[in-house]
This record gives sequence, C-alpha cells and structure tokens, in this order.
Amino acid sequence: MLRFLLNRIAVLLPTFIGVTIISFLFIRLLPGDPIELLAGERGVTPERHAQLMHMMGFDKPIWQQYLTFVGDVLQGDLGQSIVTKRPVFDEFFTLFPATLELSICAIIFAIAIGLPAGIIAAVRRGSVFDHTVMATALTGYSMPIFWWGLLLIIVFSGTLGWTPVSGRISFMFFFDQVTGFMLIDSLLSGQKGAFASAVEHLILPTIVLGTIPLAVIARQTRSAMLEVLGEDYVRTARAKGLPPSRVIGLHALRNAMIPVITTIGLQVGVLLAGAILTETIFSWPGVGKWMIDSVSRRDYPAVQGGLLLIASLVMLVNLTVDILYGLINPRIRHRR
Amino acid sequence: MPALLDIRNLSVTFETAQGPFRAVDQVDFSVDTGERLAIVGESGSGKSVAMLAVMGLLPKTATVTADVMAFNGHDLRQLDARSRRKIIGRDMSMIFQEPIASLNPCFTVGFQIGEALKTHLGLDRAARRKRSIELLEAVGIPEPAQRLSAFPHQLSGGMSQRVMIAMAISCQPKLLIADEPTTALDVTIQAQILELLINLQKDTGMALVLITHDMGVVAETAERVVVQYAGQQVERQSIRGLFEAPHHPYTAALLAALPERAGRGRLPQIPGVVPGLGDQPDGCLFNPRCGYADDRCRRVVPPRTGPELGEALCHYPINGEEAA
Repeated sequence: MLRFLLNRIAVLLPTFIGVTIISFLFIRLLPGDPIELLAGERGVTPERHAQLMHMMGFDKPIWQQYLTFVGDVLQGDLGQSIVTKRPVFDEFFTLFPATLELSICAIIFAIAIGLPAGIIAAVRRGSVFDHTVMATALTGYSMPIFWWGLLLIIVFSGTLGWTPVSGRISFMFFFDQVTGFMLIDSLLSGQKGAFASAVEHLILPTIVLGTIPLAVIARQTRSAMLEVLGEDYVRTARAKGLPPSRVIGLHALRNAMIPVITTIGLQVGVLLAGAILTETIFSWPGVGKWMIDSVSRRDYPAVQGGLLLIASLVMLVNLTVDILYGLINPRIRHRR
Repeated sequence: MPALLDIRNLSVTFETAQGPFRAVDQVDFSVDTGERLAIVGESGSGKSVAMLAVMGLLPKTATVTADVMAFNGHDLRQLDARSRRKIIGRDMSMIFQEPIASLNPCFTVGFQIGEALKTHLGLDRAARRKRSIELLEAVGIPEPAQRLSAFPHQLSGGMSQRVMIAMAISCQPKLLIADEPTTALDVTIQAQILELLINLQKDTGMALVLITHDMGVVAETAERVVVQYAGQQVERQSIRGLFEAPHHPYTAALLAALPERAGRGRLPQIPGVVPGLGDQPDGCLFNPRCGYADDRCRRVVPPRTGPELGEALCHYPINGEEAA
C-alpha cells in the first residue's frame, strides 16, 4: 500500500511542474499589464510605467521571472497581490472556505440525487423512470451554467421570491467568521434565523453548480450498474437467496462504485471550474470570483498563485480518489 | 412419497426483439433425494435455462410455465419472491460454469460464505467463522482459516469452484444444481471437482443435478440422464441403458463423438448447429442434422416413445429391436 502511495505521488511531480509553467505563462499571454490596468483611464507616463514594472520585477527576462516564481513557490511564498498588497496565500485561503462550502454542498447534492437515480434507472432499465432520468441528465449536462443560473434566479428569486438572489447570507446578520463556513459560523453565532438565511442563500448556487456533476454521476452510475448487474457474481448473490436490496445495494453497487468514484473525483476539477461561473452569477465571495477579478486586473501573482493552489487541490483530490479506489478494489491494492 | 423435485411440462419463453423464443419446450424432471441426474446437451439446448427457471433466477423477459413445479412440498409456481428466497441458497442451491466470475471480486471468501449462513441460518460471527472453516475443509481447501480472508483474485479456478461449492452446501441443501461445474477448468482439476461433488453428494445424501455437455462427465457421475436438444428432452434413460443402447439418433451421435468410442481416424461429428431463434424446422427439431431423417421427420412432430425406448422423441428410435 505504501509503495502504491509513493508511486502515485511520484507521478504527480511532473504534473506539478507543468502546472507552474502553465499558470505562470497563461496570464502573461493576455494583452495589457497590471500597471496599465491599475492606472485605468487616467493613464500613466511611459517613464513611470517602466519604473513601476522594474519595481515589480516584470522587466526581467521571462525565464528569470519564472525561476524566481518557482524558487519562491518552493519556499512556500506565492507573492503578494499587486492590487491588495496582501499575500496571495492569505487572500486565497480567506476566500477558499466559501468556495469549499459551495462545492461540498454541490457534490453532496449531486451524489445524493445522481447515485440513487442512476441505480434505479439501471435496475428498471427501459422503464419510464429510466428514460426520464437519462433525458434529464443529458439536458442537465448540456445546459450552460450561466444560463441555468440566471433562469433559476428569474424563476425562484424573481417571480416566486422564494430564495435570495445573491451573497452568502442576509445583510441583517453580522458575526465573526470562525471557520469560514457560513453554515457552521451562523450556527455558532447563535443569532436567530442566521442559519436559515445561510441555507436559503446556498440552495440555488448548490443546484447550479451541482447540476453537471449530478448528470455525469447519474449516467456513469447507470452504465456501471448495468454492466455489473449482468455479471455472474450478481447471479451468485441472487442464487444465495439474498434480498434484492443486498444484491443490488451491496454486491452490485460495490463493484459499480469503482468507475463511479473515479468519475466523482474527476468532477472536482469540473466543480472548481463551474464555481468560477456560479460564484460570479450569485456574487458568491469565493476564490472563483476572486480569480475572475484578478484576471481582469492582470494581477499576475494572484492569478498564477491562485491557479497553482487550485491545481494542487485538484491533484490532491485525485490522489485521494486513487487511494480510495485501492481501498474499494482489492485487485488494485494487491497489485505489486 | 413424491419426488424431491418434480417438474412437469416446463416451458420457458423469452421475449426478444424478433419475437418470442422458446428456449425450453415442455420438459419434465423428477429428482429424488440422494439421486444424481445429469442433463446433457449442446450449448443452446436449454439445459441451464430450465434449471435457472427452477431456481427463479431468470430475467423478467422470460415467461415460465409448467403443469407441476414442486420442490420439497412447495409449489414453486405459487411462491412469492420472498418465500422463494428462503428456499434458494438454503434447500436448493446452484453452482455455475465460471467459478472465477461467479465470486464477487470485492469481498473476501469468508464474507461470501458467511452471507448465506447469516441470511438463512442466522448464525453469529463466531459461528459463521467456525462453520466456514469446516466448509472449506470439506471441499478440500488447505489452510482454510487463512483462506477466509482471501479475495477471489487470489484463488485459482479450481479453488474458486471449491469455494462456490462450499457456499452452495453451506446450509446443507437437499438439492444441488451444478451448471457445467468443470467446463472452465483444467482437465486435471475437472476430475477432482467431479469427485468432490460425488463424495459430498454421497456423504450428505442430497440430490445432485449436473448440467453438462460432456458425455464423459455424465458417465462418471450420473445415475440417470436426460438428453436435451433445442429445448426439448429427446431421451431419458438410466446411465447404463444410455451408454449401452441409446435410442435417439442425437444421443447416439453424441456418444459416437466420444474419443474413447470413436476408435482410430477422424472423430465423428454432428454437422450443423442447434437451431436458434427463427430457424426452427418443422417436424422433428433434429431432422436437419439427423442421418436417419426422412420426409415424415421433416413434417410430423415425433411422439414420445415408451420407457423401453428411453422415452425418445423420435419416429424411428434406434436399437428398437433389442428392446422389443
């Protein structure tokens, strides 16, 4: 198992190097630079521009800048945001709980509905339920997030007035952020109605962000279950006289979960990408919205540092998935 | 006393895209306690389907009809799913052709054996472990206590089939159905598994139904033989009678294809294949492949002959003069 783990980690190294290159180059490929955008309409004299660029080290050859960046990263320093002058690392992790809270809710929503829907669709293959689930999943998968988000806002916030339009909690509540998770903090604050308000604010973003993972999980679960249900060992389980709940819920599902877990792990990347759009639509103060803002301000350190952190998190999740995969599938665990 | 398993006029029809297909056509079985019955026939002759119907393991696309379908005093046609589950895996159990694929790769051997013990007998953890070790010992697995924590991929095919047998006999069934239990195994292992099955059958006094396409296996194991072709039972005989005087041309052809009977030269074969969906001939289903078939065979469905002719489904049963 240890060897399996070390192997997985070794594979991540080149990926990590690749990520540093891409996150570094990507923002510099965009036209404009941070000084110009900071100056805005007032403009800046060429002399002053050159002076500021020199101060920030952006006048050096690009490979030199890259090496400095990598050197700093290796020492755990992601630099400072040009706009806020705060360390990128702090900035990121101040906002990250908001993104994490939303993403966790979204993936729970996706699994809680997608998994059972996929299982039932597979067991009742060809039924009305099956067709409905698959058609809905295809629709959900094909819908652009921003369109779907706006549609939900129009219907549920605008017309019906059931949910708030944006933000994480009503302005009526104010309390210290202990954990950064609004659901927990609102409970800790002890203020009446704070938790309910936090939940209300989470509903629409959760649905919007969770829709694509839900569709993918439902489809993947269905096809994995269909494959597994035809296996000999499922027949063996039935031949033992086990109830259907155990045959499907244990013998078939455990095997079907192997590809599904991979899919769920891969959805984490999709989730973070989706978070950028979702957070922008719902003015959700998370890292997604912060990244978008940083890109439009050409905040080089913020963008490259943020990208690197997000990519590292995705890699970490994938590593966890690999380990989980080994735990669920004895054939992988025992492979030398 | 009625037979342990009594099946009369059992038919199984599958709903397919090309229309209904009758995989099992009016077959009868009766198996007494302690008896060994072999069902023999080529692939596609409906041997497994008939037994899966008895176990209640066919998919929903299958329609099962029978005049009598009784096991150990239960009318299997009347039982709801829940009551049937109390019988299968306990009083009537089954092992399959592909032992490796038949074990769940995600669970240990101990877990999979213990499951039936827990479901049917309600044994606690310690009792399950004790019984599982006994069972593994009974099926000839060395170091049974260690094997309990093994996963199926750590076992060979022969070992897997032994585990399957241990699972099947865990609740001391009255009937064990073995569906081609040795087909996927090496020849040397085949003999061991057959010997194990026969010894277990003799020791426990259970009934054994052995489905096979191998006449050699039949000769070594069975007391009575049913020969099945295209879903129909074409001959029913005692093992001795069958090998000495087969009455249906199909049985005779199967026997002639045994290497030890064929003598020198090319092994005789039966030309053609079992008719499938949509290409079933009129008259006798075997007529296109039968060396004795004439016009009558091609038009008229043959009647069932008497026990003296092996209950052969044939217009012109062979070795008829001997019986007469």
